[in-house]
Amino acid sequence: MKVAAHEPPKGSSVTVYIMGKAHEVPAEATIMGAIEYAGQQIIRGAGCREGYCGACGTIYRLQGDYRIRTGLACTTLVEDGMTLAQFPFVPAEKAVYDIEKLQPNVSAIQQTYPVVFRCVACNTCTKSCPQGIQVMDYVQAAKRGDIAAVKDLSFYCVSCGLCMLRCPAEITQPLVATLAKRLYGRHLRKESPELAERVQAVEAGAFDAEYAEMMAMSHEALSERYYARDVE
Amino acid sequence: MKLAYYPGCTLKNHARNFDDTTVASMARLGVEVRELERWNCCGTVHGLASDNLMQRAAPVTNLIRVKESGAGEFMTGCAMCYNTLKRANQHMRKDAAALATLNDFLSLEETQYAGDVDVFHLLEFLRDRVGFDKLAAAVTKPLKGLRVACYYGCMLVRPREVAFDDSESPAIMENLIAALGATPVPFALKAECCGAYHAVGRPEIVADRTDKIMGSALAHAADIVIVSCPLCAHNLDHKQVEAKKHHPDFHGLPVLYFTQLMAIALGCDDAAQHFELHHVDPRPLLTDRGLA
Repeated sequence: MKVAAHEPPKGSSVTVYIMGKAHEVPAEATIMGAIEYAGQQIIRGAGCREGYCGACGTIYRLQGDYRIRTGLACTTLVEDGMTLAQFPFVPAEKAVYDIEKLQPNVSAIQQTYPVVFRCVACNTCTKSCPQGIQVMDYVQAAKRGDIAAVKDLSFYCVSCGLCMLRCPAEITQPLVATLAKRLYGRHLRKESPELAERVQAVEAGAFDAEYAEMMAMSHEALSERYYARDVE
Repeated sequence: MKLAYYPGCTLKNHARNFDDTTVASMARLGVEVRELERWNCCGTVHGLASDNLMQRAAPVTNLIRVKESGAGEFMTGCAMCYNTLKRANQHMRKDAAALATLNDFLSLEETQYAGDVDVFHLLEFLRDRVGFDKLAAAVTKPLKGLRVACYYGCMLVRPREVAFDDSESPAIMENLIAALGATPVPFALKAECCGAYHAVGRPEIVADRTDKIMGSALAHAADIVIVSCPLCAHNLDHKQVEAKKHHPDFHGLPVLYFTQLMAIALGCDDAAQHFELHHVDPRPLLTDRGLA
């Protein structure tokens, strides 16, 4: 099999610079794996290790490239010559608000995160997002009070904080996204009449007998019944 | 005819009446107004430092979005957005180095800007592309007897490079109003500043401006004042409370966007008017004149 020039063969190593010091690490390591391979213990800045929790935001540069690059340490692979730094968290002040007292409109943004209106549309946040989210587009949607659009555009945000670290207007984007999701959930989501009906039935005791029967079953019998259930 | 449309943030909030009546009345004129799928804030104010290119990022990104939509020109009704977008466009057209620097900064964009999008204000588009004669022909409910003071403020006609009419004594709105069957009144302070953002920190300045501007309109027995700028609308309409506080003999008038009068004259549905957004409710006057 022909191996492309930029893919080192299995078993080879690359040099990365962790906190300024050179380390030889396996070429197939993630940044997080490389840091631990180099003998450092990660106390902060690691969580699920699977790209979901956003705790391991990392910035790095590659040799010969002027850009500051960003990634999650747990899912980004090392490259030869990578100079990297992790940061434990990004300080950001959460607004205190009563979701019942806010309406899903631009006034809610103005009251809670007025910093949003400092956005100059430079798009640096979007460039920095390891999730590939159009961050600036949702900040702009927040500016015009389109809460549903903020919710949709920011859906895959893991709150790693890289956007707010890079933002020249010092906006706290993930917190704004969280507010929009809460506003949507409280004020704009579709009502679910089926849920209310089912809660009513539960409270009226419609499932009490079935529940009591299952509570009395042995582990084996319960397991058998579980795996034999109808699944769509 | 299809026309790319940039509404601007305020038209999605406090000026929904401006947005909806723009779309509705243009449809009556056979122009399908198509809001850009992606757009951001225009930049709000044109930064006067020519070397602070960060302030051009917002307007130029919008010009890129217009290009990406497949259009070579677009229209906006907000005077502030028009001014910011047009001036940024002119800067990019005459300063190749600034354009190159900005394109480099916006490297994530798939489209480079090359000064190749034309910015139109709605009034300009109506005059030059639709024609006021065609507008007059489409009127189903002439605004007979309605005396209208046309307020331009600063952003439509200043600076001269972006003006589509005389900077000191513009007449484009009066001509539009006449085409709708209304009577434009002389209005000495029509191109004076409304006080703009002083509404936030120095409300007494705005109170004074509103008092003087409304006084000028009332001196010529105007029934209403029309505007093309949400900030002017805010200061002239909602700040009438402040004006009254500082000037006890103050008398106000209803303030409408020019598109609201177009929508009435062209027989559009009242749902687009959002009269609830107004401080001075124009409905009693319009009902009195048989227009609402």
